Amino acid sequence: MSALLEVRDIHTAYGQSRVLFGISLEVAPQECVCLLGRNGVGKTTTMRSIMGLTPPSSGRVTWKGKEITGWAPHRVARAGIGFVPEDRRIFAELTTWENLDVARQVAGRPGGWDIPAVYRLFPKLEELRDRPGGFLSGGEQQMLTIARTLLGNPELLLLDEPSEGLAPLVVEQLLERVLELKQKGLTILLAEQGVEFSLAVADRVYVLEKGEVRYSGSAASLRDDAALRHQLLAL
Amino acid sequence: MTRPLINRIPWTLIVFLVLLPVPFLGSRFYTFVATDIVILSLFATSLNLLLGTTGLVTFGHAAYFSIGAYTTALLMKNLGFPFLPSWIAGGLMAAGFALVFGFFCVRLTKIYFAMLTLAFAQIVWAICFKWNDVTGGEQGLPNVPYPGLDWMEVLPLIGDLRVSDKFYYVALALVALCYAALRRITLSPFGRVLTVIRDNPERAQFIGVNVRLYELAAFMVSGAFAGLSGALFGIFNRGVFPDFAFWTKSAEPLIMTILGGMAHFWGPAVGAAALILLNQQITSYTEYWPFVLGGVLIVLLFVFPGGIVGTLTKLGRRIGGRDA
Repeated sequence: MSALLEVRDIHTAYGQSRVLFGISLEVAPQECVCLLGRNGVGKTTTMRSIMGLTPPSSGRVTWKGKEITGWAPHRVARAGIGFVPEDRRIFAELTTWENLDVARQVAGRPGGWDIPAVYRLFPKLEELRDRPGGFLSGGEQQMLTIARTLLGNPELLLLDEPSEGLAPLVVEQLLERVLELKQKGLTILLAEQGVEFSLAVADRVYVLEKGEVRYSGSAASLRDDAALRHQLLAL
Repeated sequence: MTRPLINRIPWTLIVFLVLLPVPFLGSRFYTFVATDIVILSLFATSLNLLLGTTGLVTFGHAAYFSIGAYTTALLMKNLGFPFLPSWIAGGLMAAGFALVFGFFCVRLTKIYFAMLTLAFAQIVWAICFKWNDVTGGEQGLPNVPYPGLDWMEVLPLIGDLRVSDKFYYVALALVALCYAALRRITLSPFGRVLTVIRDNPERAQFIGVNVRLYELAAFMVSGAFAGLSGALFGIFNRGVFPDFAFWTKSAEPLIMTILGGMAHFWGPAVGAAALILLNQQITSYTEYWPFVLGGVLIVLLFVFPGGIVGTLTKLGRRIGGRDA
């Protein structure tokens, strides 16, 4: 398997507090991979390490065969990795349209995503185009964050806990959109605490625990094996 | 895009027109104060491109103000250059130094950034203070000539005015042009990226913004306009002195901006006017001006953190309904 993204044995710390202890993972083109695990196991830190926001102290991150460890975040973004962070905060003072326009302007990568295209994916955003980002609901902000990231024409989307804090109905709509993106051939690395969302979209799963990979395997095997699921996630 | 009405009013033009009759109020003093305000408001507004728009706190803006002032004064006084090219050269020189100093400053963040801007400004001050052959050292450069304003004699009304009144019009027109440019920059897509950086530099990074590069560009543009302001001030002041570069001079536009409100484009200008007028009034009653200024700032920070313009906008909104 020739991986699009390859993470090899990364160790990452915030100052003195070490969070990742040798995480390795791979994401193949057009695959949807999920990092599963409870709060604080290192899902977000893994994504921040890939993005260069919190560079790993050792280990390697390889993108399309090229080492990108230690690159500045804007270079990683321009290389084709789009990050949708967990806090999903948009630029609150800018309107929906301005949020999108800034992203489009700095994208620096050609591709099929433009503002009409993200409006087609999330028609709600077009209705809200003149509303300041700070006045959007949680679900709307999540849509806007994903849309903004898509305008950078990423080949890989890092989605950090997209369902967190959203009402079940909104999560369902979001799930449909993510599935639509997957069908379009976008590669996705997802971080989730909940099994429902992740097992519904993921092809493969890595279960993290205390900064290490506890289990890796196909999403189907985890879906079908309640005992294993219980053992890994205590659910 | 629907923009609120208030943003579509050509404020620069209106303020320019309102300030036109000042020399006809009859007092040389009014013209003096108005020129002071007009020039220093540009200094404060240039600072606000960093402070209010990009979210960068600088303690060394006097460096670019003084570089502009010295450059223009040297060209006009020692080399006999005409005013306009000397003025533009002042802005360009300030931009050049801002580019070099900024290259190092944007590598740091927050308080470290602020301290480094201060360090560079103090170096500039030391050079102005000690390089006697060029800068005149402690004595500075007195007797900077006024621009040749004879051409103004053909103008109706203005032709018969005093030279200081004529210079007021030159300063007013040039500062108005600078304001128009700064306004355009702030509202441009470039300006919007700066706002995004202020909001959250990390988030700006991972949507693909080269934060340092944008900060450096803002630093340079801001330095250029500070230089243009300093160049005018040197002529208005009839001399350029090392204290133009001293750190207390860097505090002036900061105080003006906080007084007027940094969240609004016109905040620093209002703050400049308020500070200078207040200073004029207070110093005629008491010598304890710093005491009064300190008191005003304390009240402002605790009671009206948005500054004068911020408070007025809030009031306007409350009176005129939510969408004003």
